[in-house]
Amino acid sequence: MSGFRTLLYKEVLRFWKVAFQTVAAPVLTALLYLLIFAHVLENRIEINNLRYTAFLVPGLVMMSVLQNAFANSSSSLIQAKVTGSIIFVLLPPISYGEFFLAYVGAAVLRGAMVGLGVLAVTACFAPLQFVAPWWIFAFALAGGAIMGSLGLIAGVWADKFDQLSAFQNFLILPLTMLSGVFYSIHSLPPFWQKASHLNPFFYLIDGLRYGFFGVSDVSPFISLAVSAAAFLAVGVGALRLLRSGYKLRY
Amino acid sequence: MPSTAMNAAVSIQRVSKRFGRVQALDGVCLEIGAGEFFGLLGPNGAGKTTLISCLAGLTRPDSGKVSVKGFDVQDDYRQARRQLGVVPQELVFDPFFTVRETLRIQSGYFGLRGNDDWIDEILENLDLTAKAETNMRHLSGGMKRRVLVAQALVHRPPVIVLDEPTAGVDVELRQGLWQFVRRLNGEGHTVILTTHYLEEAEALCARIAMLKQGRVVALDSTRHLLERFSVHKLSLRVEAADRLPEAVTRRASFSEGYLNVLLGGVEEVEPLLAAIRQAGCPIRDMRMNTTDLEDVFIEVMSGQDAARPEAAR
Repeated sequence: MSGFRTLLYKEVLRFWKVAFQTVAAPVLTALLYLLIFAHVLENRIEINNLRYTAFLVPGLVMMSVLQNAFANSSSSLIQAKVTGSIIFVLLPPISYGEFFLAYVGAAVLRGAMVGLGVLAVTACFAPLQFVAPWWIFAFALAGGAIMGSLGLIAGVWADKFDQLSAFQNFLILPLTMLSGVFYSIHSLPPFWQKASHLNPFFYLIDGLRYGFFGVSDVSPFISLAVSAAAFLAVGVGALRLLRSGYKLRY
Repeated sequence: MPSTAMNAAVSIQRVSKRFGRVQALDGVCLEIGAGEFFGLLGPNGAGKTTLISCLAGLTRPDSGKVSVKGFDVQDDYRQARRQLGVVPQELVFDPFFTVRETLRIQSGYFGLRGNDDWIDEILENLDLTAKAETNMRHLSGGMKRRVLVAQALVHRPPVIVLDEPTAGVDVELRQGLWQFVRRLNGEGHTVILTTHYLEEAEALCARIAMLKQGRVVALDSTRHLLERFSVHKLSLRVEAADRLPEAVTRRASFSEGYLNVLLGGVEEVEPLLAAIRQAGCPIRDMRMNTTDLEDVFIEVMSGQDAARPEAAR
């Protein structure tokens, strides 16, 4: 597994070398969301007996985990493909399974690092609880792994940055923004409540929120089952792409 | 386990590859012996890089088999790739890392830790020691090319493939690089070289294959190729050329005041000169050109007298 270890190390080192861009910037973005939304809504809304700011924090943490896990694997791959440096990973004896684990592992780590950063800076503004820490860990891991795998698929599929940007802006961003980060889906009309249940990101955020406060829109077991199924789907998809050599080996 | 003769460093058997309408490789067969310095020549689009990509596992052939040191590059890819170091044609690099980080990472991909002694030796030989801690972005093109060579060598592969390694490289580096590669070849490494600098191939390669439109159109030792296509061109400035005998003018052409005669060998020089003297035509200047690999290459690629590949070794 030394190929895996080195590739994981290289991927982590890659994002860590530009940590202002890959870690600090998303933490600042999440903090700005919190400050603005909290300023406008803190004294007007209470959800599940929680202050709005407290409700918002787990959602922002998970949103940051998801977006950054996706960005890590997808941007690393597209950059390597466009510059041609992907050849350095394709020439050594690294299996497609090791390739998958390393890219997804690095995505999970970056997602976790940004998530912890968001938690650290937003915790000052909201009274947080950690009712079920293992649920927090499980959903953060699941979120990072799902999005790391999806980013890998996007990175392999895309031939240019523009295509990746479309994937990110027209799929990932709407799905995360409309997944209950900023609101409880119970506040939505019935149709949109049902529509939200089709969004796998909703279960990740709702599950993470359960880990903090012990309250959620759906059972955390259901959320975990949906998240596991989503990871299985994208993970198998990514592995099949890598095994086939699609757009990597011609 | 290796599946073919262990003395063949590389075995390419009836390999074909098509990209859309382009038949990039068409039934290529080659065997390259262990320790050889082998040249792979051909014009742009001949299939050299596709063949190297098949060897490196970057391209999957439509048919045929490729093995390195007996290990099939598809079925036994881990072992096959450990045997192979490839210097790609494109000047590619990872902009996040220093030279040393790049080489350590590349070592790690091959399962090598604590490889710094060898990395230092490679850096020294490629004159990169002073740049070891420099980010790849800040290197010149020639320096980046050297790092590509270093990356291909970090795991001490028995077979080294150099895909146009000296393109755009200054003379000093070229000399240093060939000195180092010659040393590696002398230590037993098999070297496969593609280059457009035919004088390099002539000077370095013991055996050469020429590709044209995805097919091997010439395969022989460099010496045999040169001999087989050996033509001596004798250029003479003579006076009273109108008195030259027909036996001479029949095989000659005139250009820029010179009488040019193609000879099969140096033994034909003296009878020719004797015939000219006997005709009373004083010789005022004389030049003699011999065949080089470029002449052979042009001859083979023109397709008029292709050297059919002999039984692949």
